[in-house]
Amino acid sequence: MAPIGTIHYLVVAAALFILGVIGVLTRRNVVIVLMSIELILNAVNLNLVAFSRLWGLHGQVFAVFVITDAAAEAAVGLGILIAFFRNKETVNVDEVNLMKW
Amino acid sequence: MLFLDHIYLIPLLPAFGAAIMFFFGRRLQKATVSAVCVGAVALAFVFACGAVWQYTHLTGASARQPYEKIFYTWLGTDTGHLNYVKQDGSLAPFHADVGVLLDQLSSIWLLFVTGVGLLIHIYSIGYMAHEGGYYRFFGYLNLFMFSMLTLILANNYALLFVGWEGVGLCSYLLIGFYFHRKSASDAANKAFIVNRIGDAGFLLGLFAIAWYFGSIQFTTVTHMARSGSFAIGDPIITAAALLLFVGACGKSAQLPLYVWLPDAMEGPTPVSALIHAATMVTAGVYMVARSNALFVLAPTAMKTVAIIGALTALFAASIGLVQNDIKRVLAYSTVSQLGYMFLALGVGAFTAGVFHVFTHAFFKALLFLGSGSVIHAMSGEQDMRNMGDLYRRIPTTHWTMFIATLAIAGIFPFAGFFSKDEILWQTWTKEWDAYRILWLIGFATALMTSFYMFRLMFLTFHGSSRMSSEVEHHVHESPKSMTIPLVILAICSLSAGWLSWPHSLGGSARFEKFLEPVFANEAQVFVEEGKAKQLAAGEKEQEHTSPTEYLLMGLSLAAGITGWGMAWQAYRDAGRGYVEPIAAKAPPLYDVLLHKYYVDEGYDHVFTGRRKLGKVRLGVLGLGEASSWFDSHVIDAIVNDAGWITRATGSFSSWWDKWIIDGIGVNGPATLARLLAIPARALQWGLVQWYALVMVAGLLGFVFYYAWH
Repeated sequence: MAPIGTIHYLVVAAALFILGVIGVLTRRNVVIVLMSIELILNAVNLNLVAFSRLWGLHGQVFAVFVITDAAAEAAVGLGILIAFFRNKETVNVDEVNLMKW
Repeated sequence: MLFLDHIYLIPLLPAFGAAIMFFFGRRLQKATVSAVCVGAVALAFVFACGAVWQYTHLTGASARQPYEKIFYTWLGTDTGHLNYVKQDGSLAPFHADVGVLLDQLSSIWLLFVTGVGLLIHIYSIGYMAHEGGYYRFFGYLNLFMFSMLTLILANNYALLFVGWEGVGLCSYLLIGFYFHRKSASDAANKAFIVNRIGDAGFLLGLFAIAWYFGSIQFTTVTHMARSGSFAIGDPIITAAALLLFVGACGKSAQLPLYVWLPDAMEGPTPVSALIHAATMVTAGVYMVARSNALFVLAPTAMKTVAIIGALTALFAASIGLVQNDIKRVLAYSTVSQLGYMFLALGVGAFTAGVFHVFTHAFFKALLFLGSGSVIHAMSGEQDMRNMGDLYRRIPTTHWTMFIATLAIAGIFPFAGFFSKDEILWQTWTKEWDAYRILWLIGFATALMTSFYMFRLMFLTFHGSSRMSSEVEHHVHESPKSMTIPLVILAICSLSAGWLSWPHSLGGSARFEKFLEPVFANEAQVFVEEGKAKQLAAGEKEQEHTSPTEYLLMGLSLAAGITGWGMAWQAYRDAGRGYVEPIAAKAPPLYDVLLHKYYVDEGYDHVFTGRRKLGKVRLGVLGLGEASSWFDSHVIDAIVNDAGWITRATGSFSSWWDKWIIDGIGVNGPATLARLLAIPARALQWGLVQWYALVMVAGLLGFVFYYAWH
């Protein structure tokens, strides 16, 4: 059994990223889509933390920024979602097509 | 000095008579009307005689000076409210008084106007006895006397103009006395309108004098004109003199404004005698003689006056040769004699002209009154073709008219001989040789005058009767009230000329001496001009004794007798269907003369606008209509077309802006951008997850692309 190395982290992160992308592309409910975006961001964070073991603390600092950003993005996204729901009484993303030309 | 002090009564007495007639005349008896009106004129005549008597017997400093008396200021107050700018730039107050100017010139007019006027008033009692509107007739006559006397006695041009217009009004009223007759009212209108043309000239002349001299008072203007400060031929004085002469042409029936006078015969015959022969029509002569100081300074105007006068004399006399209406012959004779007077004035022989006015007043009034008596006897018939052989039936009328005819024909020693001879002699002796032509015209006119007057006499009184039996039955001599004035006038026609018995025939020419102060300085001015005019008394006396004068005198006498003889030969046996000698020898000429040279027709074509060619009016009015048509159809059309073109270009410009500038220039790029945007829009179908899928696909594409290499 080989010791846990960088490659393992990268594999886990890649799996998380793919799960996130599949979630964003396939789920209709906007809340689930937002949660899938969180998965993608966390996959990136995992990568940053994994690489910071090799090249210093910069990756960890950047991961903290991304977590902050994710929180802000989730807050704004949910705010828009609630406003949208009040108008349309739906949270299905395929019905949100007002922005086309 | 009773009469001189109360000289204002001379015009006011007839005015009073007129006022009574207009307010109460309708209710008065004919006898009362006659008494009031004739009495007023008789009193005026007495006052006139008295005033002239006293004036000529003034002694001391005022002797032979004009007697001027101002009663009150009529126009202007001398307070500066009526100031105007004179020609030299200085201010002058406009000022006209009501005042009287009595000098030798106005004395003469005063005497014969009141004298002849009185006789004609007396005559009218008989003539108008059976006519309606008796009081109206006498009211107008008195009003006329008032206006004429105002004209004569006025001391300035403005007051003279009042009288001038007054006589014009009375002339109008009296010509149109039988207003129910269309021809009479037409003639009245014609007289009034033609006179307006002359009056316009007179007014302009008056303004020119006021503008140049700063005064319109006769004495002031004459004094200034004679002061020597104006050059001979001064253009403004010439213009003023010519304008005054235009006025005289209208009032005194000279070419080309004479047309109203023959038509004025529509009025009752005493009116023709008083207004259109003896007095009113000489107002133009009076006015020119009154302005002699101005005319002497304007040789051009003098020549114009002389030429117009001579031409009028010849022109009217030739028409008179063939007229058949007894009054029309006399009317043309009057025009012709007035021409003589203006000829005299024009050649500078003012005294001779005034003298002819004086003698003419008697014999022409007599002729008209005589013709009135004939018409009265003939129950209103005026056509000489229907007369003849009247001399035994109306003897008084016959012999008085015969005397007048001798006088007008210039037979010695009747009045006309002296005055006409004087005019011809003065014309002959004037320095300017071209005046000899005027003498020839005057001489020919004298021959014609004699012919047409004796023609009138023969046709009316001699030959065989051409009357209808009904008329013949009623022929009667006129009443005493008509014949007595005829006799008195006949005596005057015989003797009036003796007042100026020439030196050459052993006389003393008292008339000339009497008038000398009025025309005094004219000789002096002519001498200054460098022309040796024979106007100074001494030279004149010498000239008068020259053989030429006897020759000319003989010639004019011969002309008179020749005319008499020709008429005798042609008309002495005139019976029914007699032949006019002119018609027999030269029918076209006779036709032209009978139609008065077609002047009235010409005026109809040129001025009155009565003639039309199809729908086009001829003459001045036609020109007016043509220019009106031109204005509305051509000028306005151009204006409208210009507007239409502007509007059309505006419409095009608007269209261009809307479709080309806005359409292609502004909206064009926008449309293009929209068209180009159509494929770009197709990408934006709005499903966010599809966008994400495309992004992932792109990402995978990149990854695989780099991984592959």
